[in-house]
Amino acid sequence: MQAANNPLAVTFFFVFMALTLGITYWAARRTRTTEQFFAAGGQITAWQNGWALAGDFLSAAALLGIAGIITSNGFDGLIYSIGFLVGWPIISFLIVEPLRNLGKFTFADVVAYRLRQRPVRMAAAIGTLTVILLYLIAQMVATGSLIKLLFGMPYTASVIVVGTAMLTYVIFGGMLATTWVQVIKAVLLSFGGLVLALLVLAHFDMNPLRLFAAAADEYGERVLQPGSKVAGSGWDAISLGVGLMFGTAALPHILMRAFTVPDVKEARMSILYATGIIGSFHLLVFVIGFGAMVLVGPEAVIKAGGGGNMAAPLLALTVGGNGFFGFICAVAFATMLAVVAGLTLSGVATVCHDLWVNVVRNGHAPEREQLTVARIATIAIAVLAVFLGIVFEGQNVAFMAGLAFAVAAAANFPALLLSITWKRFTTPAAVASILVGTVSSLLLIGLSPTVQVDVLGRSLAEVSQAWWFVPMKNPALISMPLSFLVAIAVSLVTQEDGAEGSFREMRRRIMFGAARAAYTGR
Amino acid sequence: MLSPDRIALQDEGEEFVKISRRKSHVAILLSAVMIVMYFGFMTMFAFAKPLMGTILAPGLSLCILLGASVIVGSFVLCLVYVVWANRFYDPAVRRIMS
Repeated sequence: MQAANNPLAVTFFFVFMALTLGITYWAARRTRTTEQFFAAGGQITAWQNGWALAGDFLSAAALLGIAGIITSNGFDGLIYSIGFLVGWPIISFLIVEPLRNLGKFTFADVVAYRLRQRPVRMAAAIGTLTVILLYLIAQMVATGSLIKLLFGMPYTASVIVVGTAMLTYVIFGGMLATTWVQVIKAVLLSFGGLVLALLVLAHFDMNPLRLFAAAADEYGERVLQPGSKVAGSGWDAISLGVGLMFGTAALPHILMRAFTVPDVKEARMSILYATGIIGSFHLLVFVIGFGAMVLVGPEAVIKAGGGGNMAAPLLALTVGGNGFFGFICAVAFATMLAVVAGLTLSGVATVCHDLWVNVVRNGHAPEREQLTVARIATIAIAVLAVFLGIVFEGQNVAFMAGLAFAVAAAANFPALLLSITWKRFTTPAAVASILVGTVSSLLLIGLSPTVQVDVLGRSLAEVSQAWWFVPMKNPALISMPLSFLVAIAVSLVTQEDGAEGSFREMRRRIMFGAARAAYTGR
Repeated sequence: MLSPDRIALQDEGEEFVKISRRKSHVAILLSAVMIVMYFGFMTMFAFAKPLMGTILAPGLSLCILLGASVIVGSFVLCLVYVVWANRFYDPAVRRIMS
């Protein structure tokens, strides 16, 4: 069953590594300034950036995880697919244009634009690094166990291989190499998903409804109906929705891609392309999940191990044979690598641009020094990611990716939105809102059944009696409004003339871009 | 004496204020449509499970139909915004700049 005995899988894997390392070598010669390192010199086209955004966003969980959930639970997997998509229109309506015109490398550029640099940057770095670290741990642990499952490579070795490859991409090739790795991976993933879905539909006269009907015949109509095992019910489901929608709109590694294109129009177009690619992919995954349910069977998928993650690879084996199985395994590997590279790069941008340049060096640091700091930060984050990946082996970290979205929604989104829309927003309010959003999300999830029952293994009956018990699995429904309230309350009791005074200049720059604003305003 | 807002109006011109305001209206309206669409769906998923489980045709339940529509609808809303921004907003901004 494992791809290690599959010469094609190993070949695909080596071809991908050779190709991406070749690109890194090419990109390294074009990465001499911080502008090139963090934003690929702003020379990526909208179409490339759209694919790269999809590459950044579609983790192995999107193909393997959601397909597995659908195979064993039916419809409920689609709740995640939808949740992962609905934040994108919000990015395009409210966030992307101000971000592109006000920022340089990170979203903290926007929040700090009118406010006092150091406190805002420090708070934003705490929010950003919390999101990235949680997401990175979830990805590393999933990656290690999946590679063990797919290729039979030992867990620790797989985590180290992934860490080394991502370190190579980021440290030498910066944003340019990372972008191309994302583009290649997203194209491979979409192509693999499309072929897999078509091979499934070929068994059902190319009609998805025939497939769903076959699933309902075999496993009952419940597979087409909402359940409550996966996505919770009542307010829990709403809270999950808040976290996914607004968390997506404030994920640091996604927002960072607004700076890689030449102008606002290209940034806007790239979000549209990404939405189309991600949406189509999730529709394919829905077909793939049901295909695995009917053609492979939930029991066979559970027996293969990995908590249902083998649904898509096993389906590939069934409908496409050994070669296609190898291809899907290699694509899953490429996907994991690319996502951790994108996350690492945005963590590096925060450490170097927000913390080093704007907090430690007060906004003035020579290019060479910035690049050195960026490369040291890359090594530090890569080592940390590998270390945490090994430490958390075998732990249930499934909640960490969801928590990363919740923290992004509660810590980053309110500050980002208020800083561009509300004149009265002040520095203490931004800092308080980011910190309250981060801490309350972590605290609420610590006291929820997600950690108490799923991770610590206590019984639900016992913890639900405790006075501190939080019944919701996802904290965003409480922590995001709390963060907004704190931001508004603190703004109203503090006064910042400088911030109010530069509001008009900021609005002008959002509309006209940097060059024109400098000409008329500053 | 003029209030700061009046100075802003004279300084930046009525055209800037008009376009800026229209932009906000479009962004807020589309965001509201998106939020109502998604949370309408999630509320039904969370609180009206039997209704969402209605089988409309063999292989098609209401929740599958609505779920797929939210995915397609998200893309369509993005498309509406991008077409509006490219056709009306960008030319208007260029007009003020020149």
